[in-house]
Amino acid sequence: MSSVRVLVGTRKGAFLLTSDGKRQNWKIDGPHFAGWEMYHLKGSPADPKRLYASQTSGWFGQIIQRSDDGGKTWFQPGTPPGQTTTPDGMPKGESNKFVYDASAETGKPLTTHQWYDGTQHPWEFKRVWHLEPSLNDPDTVYAGVEDAALFRSTDGGKSWHELSGLRGHGTGPRWQPGAGGMCLHTIILDPKNPNRVFIAISAAGAFRTDDGGKTWRPINRGLRSQYIPDPNAEVGHCVHHVAMNPSRPGVLFMQKHWDVMRSDDAGDSWHEVSGNLPTDFGFVIDVHAHEPETIYVVPIKSDGEHFVPDGKLRVYRSRTGGNEWEALTNGLPQSNCYVNVLRDAMAVDSLHSCGIYFGTTGGQVYASADAGNTWNPIVHDLPAVLSVEVQTLP
Amino acid sequence: MTAAKIRVVLPPHLRALARVGSELQLEVTGPITMRSVVDALESSYPMLRGTIRDHVSQERRPFLRFFACSEDLSHESPDAPLPDAVASGSEPLLIVGAIAGG
Repeated sequence: MSSVRVLVGTRKGAFLLTSDGKRQNWKIDGPHFAGWEMYHLKGSPADPKRLYASQTSGWFGQIIQRSDDGGKTWFQPGTPPGQTTTPDGMPKGESNKFVYDASAETGKPLTTHQWYDGTQHPWEFKRVWHLEPSLNDPDTVYAGVEDAALFRSTDGGKSWHELSGLRGHGTGPRWQPGAGGMCLHTIILDPKNPNRVFIAISAAGAFRTDDGGKTWRPINRGLRSQYIPDPNAEVGHCVHHVAMNPSRPGVLFMQKHWDVMRSDDAGDSWHEVSGNLPTDFGFVIDVHAHEPETIYVVPIKSDGEHFVPDGKLRVYRSRTGGNEWEALTNGLPQSNCYVNVLRDAMAVDSLHSCGIYFGTTGGQVYASADAGNTWNPIVHDLPAVLSVEVQTLP
Repeated sequence: MTAAKIRVVLPPHLRALARVGSELQLEVTGPITMRSVVDALESSYPMLRGTIRDHVSQERRPFLRFFACSEDLSHESPDAPLPDAVASGSEPLLIVGAIAGG
């Protein structure tokens, strides 16, 4: 019988939640890396036992952790305890090293980006927001970082190299940080075109490469943002998250700072599908595993009030690819609730009845085993949830 | 040259990362400075690289402090000699997360 493993990153550690395919009884395992900010954990589609995790701290910097046994044990890639170097002689500790590539051969000069007050500010590495394992090679994994850039490892996380064409696109001086920092938070690998990758940055917008990461172009036509001088600018938009159903990689859904958007041409153009949402501000967006026109968002009151409106935690579902939305409330608190759901904190499994999962800043992780009709908390009282991913296991 | 035995106390998060107890001992040869001690620490516990000082610039991370013998050594030159009591092993070098430490 199939089972699921939910990977939860929180402000103070990581938790693994497992259940059989009924998704009613859960085993809670954690905290792993207690006390650290766990921005993201994700499993390899090619080897479900291979997990990658971003462990980070404003005090102690960035650590990459890896598990080869489904999260039972973890280690820093290339740094097994008790050894001074890897068998190939690589100094240990390299897995933590994210250095922008400014070399003459493969890099781009380290420029500046826009600061909150409009002045220019140096590009500085702070943390890894998102890890995206390759669809077919467990040793290849992408990392989206703050200050915005895309890194890749092809040796299981032992060493990281920047795909500098993105940062060097030329529009960098117009990128600026959102409230969470200038982060590259979304990485989507096209399952039908290995040279195509989508990424999104707060606040620069969405970008696409069609040549395996060498060159990138902004894909923000149709986005409109009042917080930049030219609301229709090529870059500068605070994209919060982008989602895709793998069966239809040309169709993208976006939760922007304000506005829920849709593209039917791989990001070349976007149109708004906020429709009857009570507010179109929010962070998460995801797509049903088997119904590519069924999408989910969690509306948040505003950019100044990062909590759900009216004290009610409501997931909104559209079965029409946007515009027509229904509130899903069964099992969710409908009074005195003031949590947020952050951009990487929603995921879907691929079981026959699609499971939907999300985590809140109040430490709850909710699951629905029936595509959102009913919800149950898996766990109530974790630290604030930063990210939720799910693996569907055979 | 005989190696000096230097005592170092790490903050709890880094103890967990390095899988060590509250205090560890390092053998350091040559001048006993912040640089030579952290070099020895990272050599013995390479999983700590980048957590105490920047990978590239080798500068102390801004939210970490270095204390010893009731003094704040955070802003001393990394090549300045550490106090004799640290060099002799009678006092530990404290690596501390600023205030709460996360």
